Amino acid sequence: MKRFHQAKWDEPVIFELSTEGERGILIPKTEKEIEESVGDGLSVLPEKMIRKKPPSLPEISQMRVLKHYLRLSQECLGADLNIDIGQGTCTMKYNPKINEVFVRSPKASELHPLQDEGTVQGSLEIMYRLDLFLREISGMDRFTFQPGGGSQAIFGMVSIIHAYHKLKGEDKRDEIITTIFSHPSDAAAAAVKGYKVITIYPDADGLPDIEALKKAVSEHTAGLLITNPEDTGIFNPHIAEFTKIVHEAGGLCGYDQANANGILGITRAKEAGFDLCFFNLHKTFSSPHGCGGPATGALGVKKELIPFLPVPVVDYDGKKYSLNYDLPSTIGKIREFYGVFPAVLRAYAWIMGLGAEGLKEVANVAVLNNNYVLNRIKKIRGASFSFPKTENRIEQVRYSWEELTKDTGVTTEDIIRRMADFGFHLWTSHHPFIIPQPFTIEPTESYSKKEIDEYLDTLENIAKEAYENPEKVKNAPYNSVVHKIDQSMLDDPEKWAITWRSYLKKHRNNSGGT
Amino acid sequence: MKKLGLIVNPIAGMGGRVGLKGTDGIDTLEKAKKLEAKPWAEKRAKEAIEEIEYLKSRIKIITYPAPMGENVARNCGFLPEIIGNIETEETTASDTKRAAKDLYKMGVDLLLFAGGDGTARDIYDAIGESLIVLGIPAGVKIHSGVYASTPERAGKLASLYLEGKIKRVTVAEVMDIDEEKYRRGILSTRLYGYLRIPFEKNYIQGLKAPSPISERYNQEAIAFEIIENISDDLFYIIGPGTTTRAVMEKLGLDYSLLGVDLIYKKKLIGKDLNESELLKKIKGKKVRLIVTPIGGQGYVFGRGNQQISPEVIRSVGKENIIIIATKRKIESLLGRSLLLDTGNKILDRELSGYYRIVTGYRESIIYKVTSG
Amino acid sequence: MRSKKKIIHPYIPNSVPEVKEEMLREIGVKDIDELYAAIPENLRFRGDMNLPDPILSEYALKRHVEKILSKNKTCEENISFLGGGCWQHYVPAVCDEINQRAEFLTAYAGEPYEDHGRFQALFEYQSLMAELLDMDAVNVPTYDWAQAAATSIRMTSRITGRDEVLLQDIIFKDRFLVIKNYCTPVVKIKTVKHDPETGMMDIEDLKSKISSNTAAVYFENPSYLGFIETHGENISSIAHENGALSIVGVDPISLGVIVPPSHYGADIVCGDIQSLGVHMNCGGGLGGFIATPDEEKFVMEYPSRLFGITKTIEGEYGFGDVAYERTSFAEREKGKEFVGTMAALWGITAGVYLALMGPKGMQELGKTIMQRSQYAMKKISEIDGINAPFFKSPHFKEFVVDFNETGKSVKSINRSLLKYGIFGGIDLSREFPELGNSALYCVTEIHTKEDIDRLAQSLREVLR
Repeated sequence: MKRFHQAKWDEPVIFELSTEGERGILIPKTEKEIEESVGDGLSVLPEKMIRKKPPSLPEISQMRVLKHYLRLSQECLGADLNIDIGQGTCTMKYNPKINEVFVRSPKASELHPLQDEGTVQGSLEIMYRLDLFLREISGMDRFTFQPGGGSQAIFGMVSIIHAYHKLKGEDKRDEIITTIFSHPSDAAAAAVKGYKVITIYPDADGLPDIEALKKAVSEHTAGLLITNPEDTGIFNPHIAEFTKIVHEAGGLCGYDQANANGILGITRAKEAGFDLCFFNLHKTFSSPHGCGGPATGALGVKKELIPFLPVPVVDYDGKKYSLNYDLPSTIGKIREFYGVFPAVLRAYAWIMGLGAEGLKEVANVAVLNNNYVLNRIKKIRGASFSFPKTENRIEQVRYSWEELTKDTGVTTEDIIRRMADFGFHLWTSHHPFIIPQPFTIEPTESYSKKEIDEYLDTLENIAKEAYENPEKVKNAPYNSVVHKIDQSMLDDPEKWAITWRSYLKKHRNNSGGT
Repeated sequence: MKKLGLIVNPIAGMGGRVGLKGTDGIDTLEKAKKLEAKPWAEKRAKEAIEEIEYLKSRIKIITYPAPMGENVARNCGFLPEIIGNIETEETTASDTKRAAKDLYKMGVDLLLFAGGDGTARDIYDAIGESLIVLGIPAGVKIHSGVYASTPERAGKLASLYLEGKIKRVTVAEVMDIDEEKYRRGILSTRLYGYLRIPFEKNYIQGLKAPSPISERYNQEAIAFEIIENISDDLFYIIGPGTTTRAVMEKLGLDYSLLGVDLIYKKKLIGKDLNESELLKKIKGKKVRLIVTPIGGQGYVFGRGNQQISPEVIRSVGKENIIIIATKRKIESLLGRSLLLDTGNKILDRELSGYYRIVTGYRESIIYKVTSG
Repeated sequence: MRSKKKIIHPYIPNSVPEVKEEMLREIGVKDIDELYAAIPENLRFRGDMNLPDPILSEYALKRHVEKILSKNKTCEENISFLGGGCWQHYVPAVCDEINQRAEFLTAYAGEPYEDHGRFQALFEYQSLMAELLDMDAVNVPTYDWAQAAATSIRMTSRITGRDEVLLQDIIFKDRFLVIKNYCTPVVKIKTVKHDPETGMMDIEDLKSKISSNTAAVYFENPSYLGFIETHGENISSIAHENGALSIVGVDPISLGVIVPPSHYGADIVCGDIQSLGVHMNCGGGLGGFIATPDEEKFVMEYPSRLFGITKTIEGEYGFGDVAYERTSFAEREKGKEFVGTMAALWGITAGVYLALMGPKGMQELGKTIMQRSQYAMKKISEIDGINAPFFKSPHFKEFVVDFNETGKSVKSINRSLLKYGIFGGIDLSREFPELGNSALYCVTEIHTKEDIDRLAQSLREVLR
C-alpha cells in the first residue's frame, strides 16, 4: 500500500493570522478632482447609517493570505489529485483543463448578462447549440440552463408540473410519487411546492416496486419523479410501464438524470415515456464540482411543456441569437438571469470534443469499468453488493460491509476514514441507509485499469486489516490532514460554533487559551 | 459526578447456551445448571463496562452485591458503591426489582442492566419510565427494543450519554413473551410496557445529507398528519405503540399505555377496551383503525394488540386500516415486509398487500404487509 | 451497433482495445453490449445522435470555441455601467489563483479529513461574512440572492407559523419571480408601496398591510435601484410589534461604509456574494448568503449546510456539519426545502477577497464607490434633459437616470452608446413603467474619472 501522507499544515484559522496594520490589497484611490467635486462621499448618508466601526476582518498582507489558502487547498483532495472513484453517484470524472482555458477567457468571464444581445452572440450561440445537443441525447424538445444545480432542476420540474395542472384546473392533484433510492431532493423539492410525497420502496430485485406504484397512483397524482438507473446501478426495465401508469392516472413524469453517465446514446428519456428530464452538467458533462458549485442542472421538456419553461430561453432565427422572455405559461424564474455560463461552456466543449461516438464510448467504458469493479469487490471478504440476485449494473453499484461489520465491528464510516490514509475518498449512500453499512463506487470512464486496480487493492487491504487489526481501522485516519474528529460538539446548541466569533464567545472567553 | 446504576441478572441467558429458551422458571434454571451452563450475563456485562472504564475517575457505579453487579464493576477497575443485599447467589426477579427501586432512590443518571426480556419486564415493573435505562443484551433472543445491539455498543452508548455527548432519549418497547409457548416453538408476544433509553442517532456526513430527524419529531409529524385528517363522523380505534401514543398525546387525551382506545370527535370514548367491548362500541358505526408495528420484527397485528381480533378487523374493513410508522422503524426492517398475525390465517391472507403508510407530515410510503 | 472507427480518447484511458479486452475477459463477458442486457430492446436507442463530428485535437477544439467566443464583446473591452444584481468589481489576482486550484476546483463531497481544507475555507468564509454582517451564523452559499431571499422567507414562515410575507415593491423582477415561484402555494406575497420621491418603503402602507398573518417584512438595502433605505429601524420595529420578523437583503460590498442590517433590527440578512471577488461570468458568478443570530430557532431552519468548528482527538481543529436535530414538530410545518450543489467555490473566493481587503480595504472601497457614483450622478445631471438620481435619497453604487425629458428611449440611447464603446445602464422602462424612460446605472471602483467623463461626453453627443 502507498506510503501516502496528505499535506498537513496545522494551519491556523484565518483570523489568527491578523496583524494590525497589514494590508492585503490596496484600492484605487479616488482622483483628486472627484474628491473636490463631491467631497468624502459619505456625508450624503444620515449619521446613523454610516458604519463607524469597520468590520472586524483580519488584517493580513497579500503573500500570507495566498499562502494560507494554498495550504488549505493542499489539504483538500480534488478529483484531479486522486483516483476519485469512491464518490459514488457524483460522477467524479476528468474536468478537461482546456475547458478551464475557455472559461477563464475574458470573452466568457467579463460579460454581464444584460448586455445588448448583439454583444453576446457568442455565448448565446453556445447556449443554443448545447440545447440542441441535449435534445439529441435525451429526445426532449427544449432545454433551459437556468437551474443552478440538480436540486434546483428538480424544483424546476416540480414547478412546471404544478403550473401545468393549475392551468388545467386540476386542483385536486396534490401528490408526487418518488422512490426511496432517489435523491432526497426529489421529495424535498416536491414538499416545497406544497405537494404530499409518496415514496415507493424497492422489491426483492432492487427495482422500484411496480405494484406499489399502482397502489400509489390516484386522481391526486400530480407526477412521478424517478431516477433510472438508481444509485444501486440497477436499470429498471419496466420504466416505460411506470410512466404509462402515471400518465393513465393523469400525472406527468420527471426523469432525474442528474447522472446519465452510463447511458449516453444507449437509452433516452423520450422512449421511456418521460415528459421532463434534467442532466447535471457538473457530473456527466464534465463541468467541475467546485467543492459544491457553481453548477447547472440542464432541464429539458417535451413540446407540450415548452410554454411553461422558466424564461428566457435562447432562440435562433437563422441569423441571430436572442433571448425570448415571452413563453405564454412560464413558471417565471427559478434563478436570477439565465444560467451559469461557465458550466454551459464546458459542457459544450466537452461534447464537441467527443461527438456521438465519443459519448457512447464514455457510457460503454463507464459501464465496463463499473462491472470490473463489481467483479473485484465480490471477491473481497466481508463485502457484498445490494440485491445480489440482480447481476447487471450500469454505472455504479451500492455495496455493503454488513458481513464485515458483523464479523469485526468495523463500520463503513471507519473504512472511509482509513481510506483517507491512502489519499482516497469513499462514500456511503444517500440518507436513509436502506442497505446497511453501505458504500457506493462509481468509476466513470476517466480512470485507467491500473488506477482502478490500485484503488481496489487498497480497499481490499483495508478490509483485510479490519479482520486482522480492527482497532487500527476504527481509529483511523493517521496519515490524513487531521485525526478522528469529535462530532459531539456539532449538534449541541450550547457548544456548536458556525463562525469564528461564535467559537471565541463559546469556547475561549473563560478558558483563555486553546 | 455522574452516577451509573448497574444491575446484572446473573442467570439470564444460561438457558440458551444449552439449548433451552429462557430461564424464567426455577425448573428450567435447575435443568440449565445441570447441563453446566456457565453464567454469561456477567461476561456480557463486563464487555459493556469495559467500554466505560476510561470514565472511572469521573463516574460512580452504584450496584448490588456480588453477581448482581459488584463483581463486574470491580473486575473492570471500578470502586463501586454497594447497596442492598441478596440472600443467595441465585437471584430472582424480586431481587432485580428491588435493586431497580433502590437505584432509583439513589438518583442514578443512567441504569444499565444486563439480561433479557424478563429482566426488562422486571425493570419496567419496578420503575417504569422514571429513570433513563439501557439494556446490555445477555438473554437468549431479545424482543424488547430497550437493548443495545451488542454489549460493547451498550457500553459505548452509556459512556456517550454519561459524558453528555448525547442528550436525547427515546421511548422503547418492553415485550412480554409467553415463555411456555416459546419453549414449544410458538412465538407469542405482547406489548408489556415502555422504558426510556438514550437515543442513538445515525450521524451522517455529506453534501447531500439533510439534518437528522429525531424519533420524537417524526412521531409528532405523523400525529399531526393524522389529526389534520381526522373526520368528525368517524370513530377511530387507536392501537398501542409509541407512535400511536404520540397521536393521543397531541390530542391531549388520556390513553392506555398498552391497550386499545377508541376516540370520536377527537374525544376519548373508550379506554383499554378488550375485544368484546370494542365490538360493542363500534357496532354499526363507521370506523377507522390506526395501528403501528410493534416489536423488532414489525408486526402490525399480533404482537401486542391482540384485542384487535379478526372480528374487530373484519368489522372495520381492510380499506379503513391506517398504518403509521416512523421512517426509522421502516428502515430497521432492512427491506423486509411488515408482518401480520391476526390469529386467522385466511384473514391474514386477505389483509396482505400494499398499504399506504403514514411516515410524516404529508409524507407516506407504499409498503408491503404480509402474513408472518 | 459497431461503429466504423475506434478512437482512443485522451479522456477515456480504457478505450484502448487491448485493455478493454483484458477487462472483459476478467469479468467473463464477450462484448460490452452484454452489460446492457437489463435494458430491453424497446428502450434501446439504436439511432444515431445527430451531433457534430467531434473535434478531436485539443488545438482544433480551442480554435473552434475561441472563434465562437470572439463574437462576444466584453465589459473589459468596453466601459460598462450595467449592474442590477450582477456587478463589475475588481477581482484580485489572488482570488482567481485560489479558485483555479485543481484541489478546490475538482473537490466535491469528501470527508472533513481528506477534504479538511475545503471545510476550513468555507468555515472561514462563513466567519468572515459574519464579521462583515455582524451576525453569528452564516450558511454555506446557496444559488443566488433570490434563492437566499426566498429561503429566508420560507424560514420565517416556519418560525412564526404564519403564511404571508410583505415585500417592498421595488425589487429586481427576476428576484421577485424566483421568490414568487418558490413561495407558491405555501406562502402568500404582498407588496408594499414606495414613496414616489425617495423610493423608500411607504411606512403608512406597511402599517396598513401588516397583520397577524405576516411572517416577515422583506426589504433591500441598498435597493435594486440603488437608493438607501434609511428607515430600516422603523420597518423592523413595525414588523416586530406585529410578531413578524425582519429580513433585509444587502449587497455585502456596501458594508464597509454602511451599517449592517443587524444594527437596524434585521433578524435574517441575505444577499449575493458575487461582488466579493467573483467575475460576472455572464450571470454565472452569483452566490447567495443567509445570516441569522446563533439561536436554535433560526439555526434549525436552515436548509443549507452550516459548517462548524470542533476538535479532533489529537486537539487539532476539525470541521463538520452542524447538525441540528429537530426534536419537536411545530404547527403548520411545511416542507423543509432542499440542499444540493450550489455555489461553494464562490464562497471560498469571497472569503479570500474579504481576507485580502481587511477592514480598511472594505472601508476605502465603500468610500470610493460612493464618491465615484456621486461624481457620475453629478456629471450626468449637467447634461440637458437628464436627471440623476431619479430618487431623492442617498445612493450606493447604483442610481436611476431619468431620460424622460430627452425625448429619446433608453433603448435607442444605449444603441448609440455602443458605438462609443459604452454599455449604458439597464433599461427600466419595461420593469418599472412608472419611471418612464429611465435606466439603472452602476458605478464602482473600476470606473476611473476618465471613464465617467467619457460617459458624460458620449451621452452629450448621443443626445445632441
